Amino acid sequence: MSTMTNEVSNSDTVLQLENISLSFGGVKALTNISFDVKEHEIRSIIGPNGAGKSSMLNVINGVYHPQAGDIYFRGEKRKQMNPAQAARQGIARTFQNIALFKGMTVLDNIMTGRNTKMTSSFLANAIWVGKARAEEELNRHKVEEVIDFLEIQHIRKTPVGKLPYGLQKRVELARALAAEPSLLLLDEPMAGMNVEEKQDMCRFILEVNQQYGVTIVLIEHDMGVVMDISDRVVVLDYGKKIGDGLPEDVKNNPEVISAYLGTNH
Amino acid sequence: MTKLVNTLTFPRLLLQHAKTIPHHPAYREKYLGIWQVTSWAQNLEQIKHMACGLASSGFKRGMNLAIIGDNRPQLYQAMVAAQCLGGVPVPLYQDAVAAEMIHVLNDAAISFAVVEDQEQVDKLLEIKDQIPTLTTIIYEDPKGLSDYVQSDLHSLKQIQLLGKAFSEEHPEFFLTEVEVGQGSDLSVILYTSGTTGKPKGVAHTHENFILTGQHSSQFDHLNHKDNILAYLPMAWVGDHLFSYAQAMVNGLTVNCPESKETVMSDMREIGPSYYFAPPRIFEGLLTQVTIRMEDAGTIKRKLFEKAITFAKNVGGDILDGKPVGLLDRLHYAFYSLTIYTPLRNALGMSKIRVAYTAGEAIGPDLFRFYRSIGVNLKQFYGQTETCAYVCLQPDGQVKYDSVGVAAPGIEIKLADSGEVLVKGVSVMQGYYQRPDATAESIDEDGYFHTGDAGILDKDGHLRIIDRAKDVGKMANGKLFAPKYIENKLKFFPFIKEAVVFGDGKECITTFINIDFEAIANWAERRHIAFAGYVDLASKEDVYNMIGDCINKVNIDLADDPMLSHAQIERFLILHKELDPDDDELTRTRKVRRGFIAEKYAPLLDALYTGKAEQFIDTKVKFEDGRDGSISATVRIQDAKTSTEVARA
Repeated sequence: MSTMTNEVSNSDTVLQLENISLSFGGVKALTNISFDVKEHEIRSIIGPNGAGKSSMLNVINGVYHPQAGDIYFRGEKRKQMNPAQAARQGIARTFQNIALFKGMTVLDNIMTGRNTKMTSSFLANAIWVGKARAEEELNRHKVEEVIDFLEIQHIRKTPVGKLPYGLQKRVELARALAAEPSLLLLDEPMAGMNVEEKQDMCRFILEVNQQYGVTIVLIEHDMGVVMDISDRVVVLDYGKKIGDGLPEDVKNNPEVISAYLGTNH
Repeated sequence: MTKLVNTLTFPRLLLQHAKTIPHHPAYREKYLGIWQVTSWAQNLEQIKHMACGLASSGFKRGMNLAIIGDNRPQLYQAMVAAQCLGGVPVPLYQDAVAAEMIHVLNDAAISFAVVEDQEQVDKLLEIKDQIPTLTTIIYEDPKGLSDYVQSDLHSLKQIQLLGKAFSEEHPEFFLTEVEVGQGSDLSVILYTSGTTGKPKGVAHTHENFILTGQHSSQFDHLNHKDNILAYLPMAWVGDHLFSYAQAMVNGLTVNCPESKETVMSDMREIGPSYYFAPPRIFEGLLTQVTIRMEDAGTIKRKLFEKAITFAKNVGGDILDGKPVGLLDRLHYAFYSLTIYTPLRNALGMSKIRVAYTAGEAIGPDLFRFYRSIGVNLKQFYGQTETCAYVCLQPDGQVKYDSVGVAAPGIEIKLADSGEVLVKGVSVMQGYYQRPDATAESIDEDGYFHTGDAGILDKDGHLRIIDRAKDVGKMANGKLFAPKYIENKLKFFPFIKEAVVFGDGKECITTFINIDFEAIANWAERRHIAFAGYVDLASKEDVYNMIGDCINKVNIDLADDPMLSHAQIERFLILHKELDPDDDELTRTRKVRRGFIAEKYAPLLDALYTGKAEQFIDTKVKFEDGRDGSISATVRIQDAKTSTEVARA
């Protein structure tokens, strides 16, 4: 973990989104949204159900391609790209409804996070010699560091499908961390967790952010958590940005309050 | 012999092993998925740096060093490091909340503490204001602590680096300090759990623990090739004997599991040769095996059942080296190949030479199960004040209801009250700074009063029957040990609780609480219809079945000349479950005999007046806090006693 990459670009801004619009046929998921993510911060995206939060993440890591708008990642304008390319650039993510390989062990699942770091050939891996072997050892070491960090040693060899929900979420975070990301996208990492599990998860997120300098974009519904750990918050509603700023400002923004409490639109 | 022993200290043992078995592993710790080994030579080096680091930070001879955390090699090393400097380690229970630690830390005037991780650091910082002497906190695992800015907080790495520089400057310092140490110096202060009143510090010398370690190792033929898994609290006397004293005496390898949750799988990987677990762990393991066998295929299950039934008959005798017929031996060998060995392997017990259990009574079936499949499970008896070393069961003479014979170097005798008195190598020097309490528990002749009542059988085996203060006398002046009988009753899976009466009475009677689940299951299989707990508890069939259980206990008691008078003559099955919410049990599920006798006075009266049934109305508290009542007419039945057997 200690060597987790932390490439500091010239500019303070890691990610810049300008006038992003995304629609599926006639449905406008995102309309003209702009915001930025700065190095080392925890940037939260909040909003009611269907506000376009997950779509926003999907735009960032290349799953969706917006019809309009520009994305700058570390100062470079990004062309059409796919999630694999995003992963190679140091963007890792977790999913709202857990996307792990249920039949595989925790260890194997986390090892898949190292996929982009493997360079030895398929054949070398198959006969298990030389570089392939050394590489596997290095990767396993990294994975073990993540396992130690997230305190999941006891389930190392357990198939993921057998684990309770809270632990599966933790395994998913582990897989994302194994990729040594510089930008981590977390889609509702605390949904469906009890208070204790949430506290643990908060601790891990803060530690990833502070200790290893990973920039984090977080979608979360628990307002207490968001207000506690975020540096800045952007608020979406019906695909539009209705607020952006420090947690304190966002909390007092009348538009945000009305979106959440459902008063006059 | 005595002279040599007088100069023996734990630091000297460390020097000795680093010289004679430098490459042999002293510790193994699973970290990052791999067992990392510390050899005795490396161990010495690390402890030396730790000790020098502590010394250069101001730790001095005569100081106490608090140690808080799970079983980690570094924390065991810190114990030795303190001892090298003439200090005394004070291990604390790592799961205690901060407030509970205040008394111990102040009592031992702690100024230095070596702790495991952030969790323990947070606890100490929380209570630091209330511990005026505490100046330095040293942590082993830096995770999460990078942004702590307290000046009194240091990582163990820092201290060791400091120590390395210090020892290069003062190369003679370490050995000189070690040589000043004497066997009669205090080596450790272990705090009692303090269920009654504030915890007391039990002070032992190097001699106490080293002699205990030597005697017990000889008894079980331990040597440096043995492996032990250190997973029970470091503050507990048993861990200090097994993972510290015996390990240091023999130079054996202490294996530290990766985390609390991985103990079972770590045990399978290590395959310890020497093992301790309280009875509930053995019970838990057996339950797991039973459940998994129920899910197995028919052939496997049938084979397993046959093998286990067969083992019950001859397994124990084979382990004890008693004569067993050739056919049975061949039979056992076959099952050993197909069932017992793989089973032991699945339990992580394939290499075990000696396994111990203690702490509470272990059920005979449970105990025999492990012995019958070839695990040499034995019991011992001891307490914090006696280094957990008073009685041991010798190989080949294992009885499930005794704790064995007086251990080598130990003398036991029984007071007139039945209390067990102990004298010998393991008896403590006294309670730390509590001469009053020491005088109360160690008499002029040097006997430690255990507070336990026991009886010695004809082979000299000690049987612990109860706490001395709970033992009473019957009307005819004979011994009445209620807990001993209650435990015997509770070993039956159908009996959940039992309350035995007889103090000052002419005969012994008992209330029985049935185990609803077990009996409901039993009743269903026999097509006995019942409406609920009260109904089931009053069924004649249930009464007869419980009567059989009591009869078996009576036969057992009749066998015992000391207790053959204490057979149960009448019993009844209570119409409600005893419950801590109704104050009938303590929170730790011990029966409150006096309270129950008062609450159910009409029933108790009926037991002693020969009535066949008695109506009773009992107040109960429901879980939501409401009050209610349960009424029933409770049947009372005579039990079969077996005085005839005893006379014969």
